[in-house]
Order: sequence, then C-alpha cells, then structure tokens
Amino acid sequence: METGSAAGAETMGTEPIWTGLPPGLLRMRRLLLVVWLGLLALALGLLLGLLGGPVWAAFALLPLAALAWGWVLLGRNWRSWRYAERADDLLISRGVLWREETVVPYGRMQLVEVTSGPVERHFGLASVQLHTAAAATDATIPGLDPAEAERLRDRLTELGEARSAGL
Amino acid sequence: MTAPGVDDALREGKAVAERRLHPVTPFRRAWAPVAVITGWAVHDPDQAQEQLTKLTTTMLLGGLAVLVTAGVLYGFLTWWFTHFAVTDSELRIRTGLLFRRTAHIRLERIQAVDVTQPLLARVAGVAKLRIDVVGTDKKDELAFLGEGEARALRAELLARAAGFAPETAHEVGEAPAHELMRVPPSKLALSLVLTGATWASLAAALVVPPVLWLATHSVWTVLATALPLLGAAATTSVGRFVAEYDWTLAESPDGLRIDHGLLDRTHETVPPGRVQTVRIVEPLMWRPLRWVRVELDVAGSENSVLVPVAPRAVAESVVARVLPGVTVPADLSRPQRRAGWCVPLWWRGYGLAVTDGVFAARHGLLRRKLSLVPHAKVQSVRLTQGPWERLWRLADVHVDTGADKTVTARLRGAEEAAALLREQAERSRTGRRSARPDRWMA
Repeated sequence: METGSAAGAETMGTEPIWTGLPPGLLRMRRLLLVVWLGLLALALGLLLGLLGGPVWAAFALLPLAALAWGWVLLGRNWRSWRYAERADDLLISRGVLWREETVVPYGRMQLVEVTSGPVERHFGLASVQLHTAAAATDATIPGLDPAEAERLRDRLTELGEARSAGL
Repeated sequence: MTAPGVDDALREGKAVAERRLHPVTPFRRAWAPVAVITGWAVHDPDQAQEQLTKLTTTMLLGGLAVLVTAGVLYGFLTWWFTHFAVTDSELRIRTGLLFRRTAHIRLERIQAVDVTQPLLARVAGVAKLRIDVVGTDKKDELAFLGEGEARALRAELLARAAGFAPETAHEVGEAPAHELMRVPPSKLALSLVLTGATWASLAAALVVPPVLWLATHSVWTVLATALPLLGAAATTSVGRFVAEYDWTLAESPDGLRIDHGLLDRTHETVPPGRVQTVRIVEPLMWRPLRWVRVELDVAGSENSVLVPVAPRAVAESVVARVLPGVTVPADLSRPQRRAGWCVPLWWRGYGLAVTDGVFAARHGLLRRKLSLVPHAKVQSVRLTQGPWERLWRLADVHVDTGADKTVTARLRGAEEAAALLREQAERSRTGRRSARPDRWMA
C-alpha cells in the first residue's frame, strides 16, 4: 500500500499516520480512460480518415493528447487522496488544484456505507462513505480494498458507538 | 423514527391509551373540494362560464351539497382513523384509511415543539401541535387539538423528554416561564421601514408595471407582473409585521419559548441544548440605531428567527441565555490584506473569532452576519483551497452543523487555516464532553 506525499501534513503535536489509496483505483481509472479515449481516437481517426483524408485523420491525435494529460492527472489525483484514523476522528485529504481536508469525529457518524459498483467490483474495489447529521459533510474514501473497506466500516461503527453523541 | 412498536408495547406490559384529535378537525377538510372547483374556475374562467350556463340552480346546489358532504365524510374518516398516543419514550401517530402509516417519534430526540394557531383555529379554539425531530414533516403534526389539550400535551411531552419519571410526567404541568424580552410593535414597524428589502420590493411593484404598460400596452401582461410583485411587497412588509407582531421571548426550565403573530399565533419551545447555530444579522440601515436581528437554527425545525429586532446589548444577553456561557465576541480578526486579491472589497467583511464556547465567523460588508456555532454542535470540519487561493496562500475553513448549515471562515492564511482545522476538531471533541445530556432534567 503506497502512502501519498506527506507535504502539507504538518501538524502540531501528534502527527497523523496517513494511509494512501491502494493502486487498484488508479489502475481502474487509467484503464477506463485508455479504453474510452482510445476508442474515441480510433473512431474519430477512421471516420475522418475515410471521409476527409489523412490530414483530417490527424484530429484523432486530440483524444490521444487528452489521454496523456488525463493519465498524468489521474495519477496526481490518486496520489492526493489519503486518510488517517486518529484516536477520535477520521481525516480525509484530497484534491490537487482544489484541495479539501475533512475532519469527521467518530461520535458524529450517523451511518457508514460501503458501496461497490459493477466495474469497481470487477477490479476488487469498494468505497466507504460516512454520513453525519450535516449533509455538507462530504467524507468518501473511494477505491479501497473490500477487506480494508469492511475493516474500516466495522472500526468506524465501533468507534462511533463508543463515542456517540446526540445532535 | 418509524419503527415497529409492537414489542415495545408488549414490554411495557400495559395498553397504551390512544387518543383522537379534536372533533372540529373533519371540517378543515370539508371545503377542499369547493376550493378545488374555485381554483379551476379562476384558472380557466371562459370554460367555467360555459359549463356554468349549462347547469340549473338545483343541479348546482345539489352538486355543491354532494361535494361538501363528500368532503365532510372524507374529513370524518381521516379523523376517525387518526390516533395518537404518548408512551414512556415515544409519541405514536397512527393514521390512514387505505394507506396505513404509523410514526413513532422518540421523545429524547425532540428538537423543538411548536403549537400554532391559524386565525380560524383561534376562532374555533383549537391548535396544531408539531414536534420537530430530524426527518419529521407536515404529516407528523397533530392538527387539530383543543387549545388547552395542546398546551397540556406539550407540557407532558416536554416533561417526558426532559426525563421526569413517566408516572409523574403528566402531573408536572407547564413549566413556569420568565419573560426575557418583548418587541414593541412600533419598533418592529420602524425596523421594517429601515429594511432595504421592503423598499426594494415596493419600488419594484410601483415601477415595473407602468414601464411594462408603456412598453406593451397589454393589460394582461401588466396584471400578471403587477399582482405577484404587489404580493411580494405585501409579504415582505405587512406580512412580516403580522407574523412577527408581539414577539415574545421567554425562558423556562423546558427551554426557550418564542411566541409571536398577530392573526396566526405561534408558540415554539426549543429545549435546552438544541440550538445548532445562532446568527446575528445587522442590516446596513439598522447600524446607526445599533439594532440587530438574531436568527437560530434547530435541526428539523423550519423556524429560524429568534429575535426580529432588538438593541445589540439585549440581543447579546439573549444569545448568552440561548448558548449558556457564551459571550458574543466583540472583535474579530480580519483576513490578511492579500485576501483582497481573491474577493475584492468584500474581504473586509470577513472575520473570525474562536472563543472557549463558540466558533464565530462574520461575512457581508453592508449587511453583516455573524454566525456562532457552539463547539459541541460541530458535525465535521473541512478545509478547502482552490488554485487561486493557493496562489495567495489562503484557505477557507468550513464548520458543518446538524441543522444542515455550514459556517465558513473565509480567506484565512493557509498555515492559520490548517492549524484552525486541527484545533477546531480538538475543541469540538472536548466541547461535546461537557455538553448537556439530551434529557435535560435527568
């Protein structure tokens, strides 16, 4: 399990132990990107090549450029995601350009959800989502190993029960 | 909130006394078919006229009689099939003729209790009782109960929610209230005169229709725009006056009591420790008088006004009562000067102060709003930073509360914001420890 960059994690006192996301999510996202943009480039190249000649077919390079850019972007985005379980709260940090760091106290959790779509399941991934009484709390950890997701869910539920508080 | 309660009742080992609503309730629905017909006639006058000429007076009267009878019958049946009961820990509402619905509302989860009396209900001597719990809606209000019955039920519900023994709960009676403040009508009127929105809506209603008339010369267009505009002007001025007339704030062991209304009377009770955020709003034109409006958020409750208008000092003393041990911070730290590159001019309106009790953030340059969140009410803390903010080493800190409101301290220095995030998480954790229990008398 690779750990994301530690930049910007300076804290006073206890340093949280950050966990990055497993590489499965990156692999899935990159594969999807390659498949979709590759198909688009192919279709565009064939269509324009047949209808307008080889010069037009060069436009098929655009999706390929987007692919290369997206490849890098996905990598950066994936590296930016990390979470830390502290004694009393969960930290989630994400985003490259639009950075967001969320702190959710365990006692405030109303519901912990593990979801996994068909594609995610195929790649052996699951996401954990935390809900508090505030709808604005946007605490999701995507692309976890299902076993880790379940461990996290059970641990969070357990901690939530122990530290539970009213509204 | 809704849960199978059969085993509960069995465990209690005694039958729960079920009650019905006030017998005047059926008549509230009797006029619904008539209202529907009237609505249709107004909506499509030509066709209504055409249909009307075809009917004789006898048919008309007969039809009306049938409709009213059907309405009364429907009202009667819904009344007959609606029951409610107060158990040791829940309020149960059982309703529905065809589609059965049973709601069990847990009393320790009560966020507020409202007793409202629309004008006609006041004439009939009845009242609606509504319990605000996260997730309740209009279906969960008890409409209507006799006036005295509603008060007695409110007292009983609050006593049970407070943690009094079930045997004594209905004998505890109404908790004595001590009046904190009352808004005189003249002050309320003056405050509305000094509100920009009143004048803006009035100006719109007076200016737009003549302009449209000059432009189109079409009566319908002018009427179609003038009526809603006049309506809006009336609601922002007269409507607000009528709703906020005789605003009385009182304190009792059951919590805060807010009574108001000229035609429709509303009596709200917010038990201790239910207030999620308090906002002190200071409109531009009130500033020379040093008047403020205080708003509050309670989870699951629609009401958001605590004091419509009051001098600042009085408002601050009220806030100190609502959030025990909290003083409204006087000086807030502004963002650093470079924040002007992110939000020109308006950055001066932003401010932040963190005290032992609350996280306080101000925004707005002309109409200043200071939001206070008790540390114990924080659901989550977030730090966000966009690319432009990052360039200027600034970040925003959001504090989410249970009433689905987010209070944001904008444009703090990046290091300060990061420290704030950690400290706020810590403060909320320790703040919760000292928070009062849900059952406030227990």
